[in-house]
Amino acid sequence: MSGYLGDVAALARKDLRLELRARDTLPAMLLFVLATLVVFHFAMPADAGDDPAYGLLWVALVFTSLLGLARAWVPEREAGALDGLVLAPTDRSAIWLGKTIASLAFLGAAEVVAIPAFVLFFAPLDAHALAGVVLASVGICAVGSLVSAMAAASRGREVLLPLIFLPLVIPIVVGGVGATISEEPGKFLAFLGLYDAVFAILSWAAFEYVVTE
Amino acid sequence: MAEAPIVTARAVERSYGARRVLRGVSFDLARGDALLVTGANGSGKTTLLRLLVGLAVPSRGTIDVALHRSRLGFVGHEPLVYRELTALENLDLYGRLYRVPERRERIGMLLERFGLWDARGERVSAFSRGMTQRLGLCRALLHEPELLVLDEPHSALDTQGAGLLDQELESLAGQSTLVVATHEPERLERVATASLSLGTT
Repeated sequence: MSGYLGDVAALARKDLRLELRARDTLPAMLLFVLATLVVFHFAMPADAGDDPAYGLLWVALVFTSLLGLARAWVPEREAGALDGLVLAPTDRSAIWLGKTIASLAFLGAAEVVAIPAFVLFFAPLDAHALAGVVLASVGICAVGSLVSAMAAASRGREVLLPLIFLPLVIPIVVGGVGATISEEPGKFLAFLGLYDAVFAILSWAAFEYVVTE
Repeated sequence: MAEAPIVTARAVERSYGARRVLRGVSFDLARGDALLVTGANGSGKTTLLRLLVGLAVPSRGTIDVALHRSRLGFVGHEPLVYRELTALENLDLYGRLYRVPERRERIGMLLERFGLWDARGERVSAFSRGMTQRLGLCRALLHEPELLVLDEPHSALDTQGAGLLDQELESLAGQSTLVVATHEPERLERVATASLSLGTT
């Protein structure tokens, strides 16, 4: 197990190092989420109330994550590095888990900027909403890392990723919005936790079949 | 009693959609054998090599390799490294994943042998094609594989690099099992124990 976790850590560290060098993904995510919130700020009628704004927060987070996930496997596509990882004797699910952790770090960094901006432009967020953001981010990155690997292996990757990813994260949006505006946020947080557990296990088990022809 | 083969291919076929790129390929390889795979462009050499290392599965037939994938080494048309990592960082990552004992010493020795020691701290994106190919060879040899599968390994190398590779293959001959797809079979006549010529299907 320590060998497995060591492999996961090495793979996630590699992704963080690549991003620090290339700065391909995180700056784009930060600019995108800020620009989206600014556009929403001017697009929303002044008397619309807080609830529609909470919905827009989730739209902004989902599309920001999509931007990051679209680039997640680019380093592996270059120079055939994914084949190198697939041939390595590590459990192939470690490749998915390392990528999920790195994607979560990038999304988390974008949220650290996005949430204060949302509070500034729109409305306050309570602890339940923040817990919802954390749980939703785990689910988004778990499913997204699998789906983006599938898309990366196909010719129409730019089209395929949103077509598969967006329907799969509808439950996350439902859970996240519920945790943000419902008077009973606990059941929505439990729903998000269940989604994370189910989809993380499915993605973990399915990754092996995604990376072999 | 003859040693059991470590590679057994029987009536292997591989199609991509309606296009059949490989048909009816059968062979056995024992430990220490060196198989040269030749054929025109599009004859299925790369496909056969990807089937051998498990990066693809046959559409029909069987291909059995009696080794764990930790004992396989592969250099394809691409070097299978990260372009924005340095040579040292790439080999260190693979060394960890392959659990290479005395990793740093082994990496240093391979970088020296393939003339990359002075460039060890440079990103692969700054390498020439030949240097990248040498790094791919270092990666494939890092864990001392028992089955080494090389797809046109001389293609990007200069005279010196090709000479280094020939020396390496000669030193491995008889110990590791080698499968090399090549358009220059005469280069490897001294190490080859068998050859397989693929025709276009």
